[in-house]
Amino acid sequence: MTAPLLSVRGLRTWFHTFAGIVKAVNGVSFDLMPGEVMGLVGESGGGKSVVGFSILGLIDPPGKIEQGEIVFDGRDLAQLPEDALRRIRGREIGMVFQDPMTSLNPVQTIGRQMDEVLRLHTTLDARARRARCVEMLESVGISQAAERLGAYPHQFSGGMRQRVVIAIAMLARPRLIIADEPTTALDVTIQSQILRLMRRQIAEEGASMILVTHDLAVVAEMVDKITVLYCGKVVEAGPVREVIDTPAHPYTRGLIDSIPNPAHRLPRLNQIPGTVPDVRNLPAGCNFRDRCPRAQALCAEVEPPLIPKRGGQQAACHFPVAIGEPA
Amino acid sequence: MFAYAVKRLIQMLVVLWAVSVIVFMMMSFTGDPVFMVVPIDATDAEIAQARRILGLDRSLPEQYVLFLKNLLQGEFGRSYVFRQPALDLILERLPATLEIVLVALLIATVVAIPLGVFAGANPQNPLSRLIMSGSLVGISLPGFWVGMMLIFIFAVELRLFPSSGRGETVEFLGIRTSLLTANGWHHIVLPAVTLSFGTLAIILRITRAGMMEVMRQDYIKFARAKGVSRRGVLYGHGLRNGLIPVVTIFGLQLGDLIAFATITETIFAWPGMGKLLIDSIYRADRPVIVVYLMLVALIFVVVNFIVDILYTMIDPRITVK
Repeated sequence: MTAPLLSVRGLRTWFHTFAGIVKAVNGVSFDLMPGEVMGLVGESGGGKSVVGFSILGLIDPPGKIEQGEIVFDGRDLAQLPEDALRRIRGREIGMVFQDPMTSLNPVQTIGRQMDEVLRLHTTLDARARRARCVEMLESVGISQAAERLGAYPHQFSGGMRQRVVIAIAMLARPRLIIADEPTTALDVTIQSQILRLMRRQIAEEGASMILVTHDLAVVAEMVDKITVLYCGKVVEAGPVREVIDTPAHPYTRGLIDSIPNPAHRLPRLNQIPGTVPDVRNLPAGCNFRDRCPRAQALCAEVEPPLIPKRGGQQAACHFPVAIGEPA
Repeated sequence: MFAYAVKRLIQMLVVLWAVSVIVFMMMSFTGDPVFMVVPIDATDAEIAQARRILGLDRSLPEQYVLFLKNLLQGEFGRSYVFRQPALDLILERLPATLEIVLVALLIATVVAIPLGVFAGANPQNPLSRLIMSGSLVGISLPGFWVGMMLIFIFAVELRLFPSSGRGETVEFLGIRTSLLTANGWHHIVLPAVTLSFGTLAIILRITRAGMMEVMRQDYIKFARAKGVSRRGVLYGHGLRNGLIPVVTIFGLQLGDLIAFATITETIFAWPGMGKLLIDSIYRADRPVIVVYLMLVALIFVVVNFIVDILYTMIDPRITVK
């Protein structure tokens, strides 16, 4: 059995605000194999993005990684000093941000922003760096790449900018890409293009990817496995087919049921009742119980642990949904 | 670009014309200069004659037309006191003023920008708070007091720097400057530092505000995710994005510096045009005051034109139309 490329164990990232401690990530564990693509799914405020930023060590005060290991290729990133992390960022772990309209520096040319990565992380000379930038831009589907290097971000559309961002993230051939809602800010027609592009790039380079998203439909066609977060904790994890087809946690089930199905139209779209509880002040027991149709007295007292189910699937629920059973 | 330059040139001419009207109006309200010209025991006939020679016997509109005609011909009149062309008097002293203004601006920039970047990037740091409190002091202290304190400490007590005068000058490209002699630099330190205080504090605060805004942007985090060093993030990605307001202030501060130079020059007996202006105001030496005001207005509009061009160089999204 090969060792995982990334192994996150008991990660806790908390934000110490005036209003109290926000436990954005509160005990998250998962493994990512080389070449594997994992979907990190959950509602807004579920701590998905914070997991991504924690891996790269980009948590700013008042946030802090309180506990846990982030073992990447044998090194615990949570323990590395800043300058060691800097050599990993961009070179071994690339990141794609949510909003391509704001993630590129408006006053620098595309070429300069691309070149910077290669200057920092490779020993290539100027000509070789330029050649690599052109090649990379072409491979993300930007025509006349050599001329476009001299263009500024505002001369590109949103979809094109996200292609540039992906090109920058992939430029130094990292082994892991963290994509934080890479298509949320884009036109629907562009979304699938970008996703297919990312999938292809990952496969070509043999890299792994963590796809942070709230969109289960996106995840279903893109990833090998899914980790579902709720209130900073993993509530369900497993191979994509099992989790989508036979979700065990009522939350996952609720997320899947909220996807509109054109086959049988409903008078009203399905939704999960209620909202995410205040993460500064979480009650004992299961965090989902107030919104859960299956909750019983036990759920208010004991927090359910993550327990293995069939076929590598795990769920943290006292009363998991059985196969075929309605939520 | 060419069309823009022409448009701006016309705008500049309109501004200068407006200044000429204001200057002329002000001058005609400030007493009768004829008494500066005639001897104390002059007869009425002599006074009337002097009036006629100076053109002061005509109506105000007539005087203004004459004044404007002379301006356009580069004829700014002669100083009543020195009996020399007023323009020559001013131009002779202009380099000295520009010297302390530019050195003050240089000191302000070199000190304020790194401090402002630091304070903007680390707003919680105790050192940042110290810098910000210090800048408030810099804004609040009046320049003449700072100048006198510097003279007291560094010239009188420590005897490190001279307290007055401009030191040795050499001719360079037809301009007499003290910036090419060690003795000149020795003399310029105290006045330039005095003059730089307020500007330094303002540039610092504007830089900090700009950096605080910029550091929140996604592209800063993205740059960090690329593995860029802290320094590279601050100066490579952050500063240029926060620079627009700083450059704006630069243009405005230059005018302020020239204006405040009059005080600094007076304290340090610096032979610049500011000191000439003060002397001329005491003596109601109208032509000199007019030339000074017109020249400062010209410098002001030219500098702000340059600032507008700088915008487009800093931010490619800004184009001139």
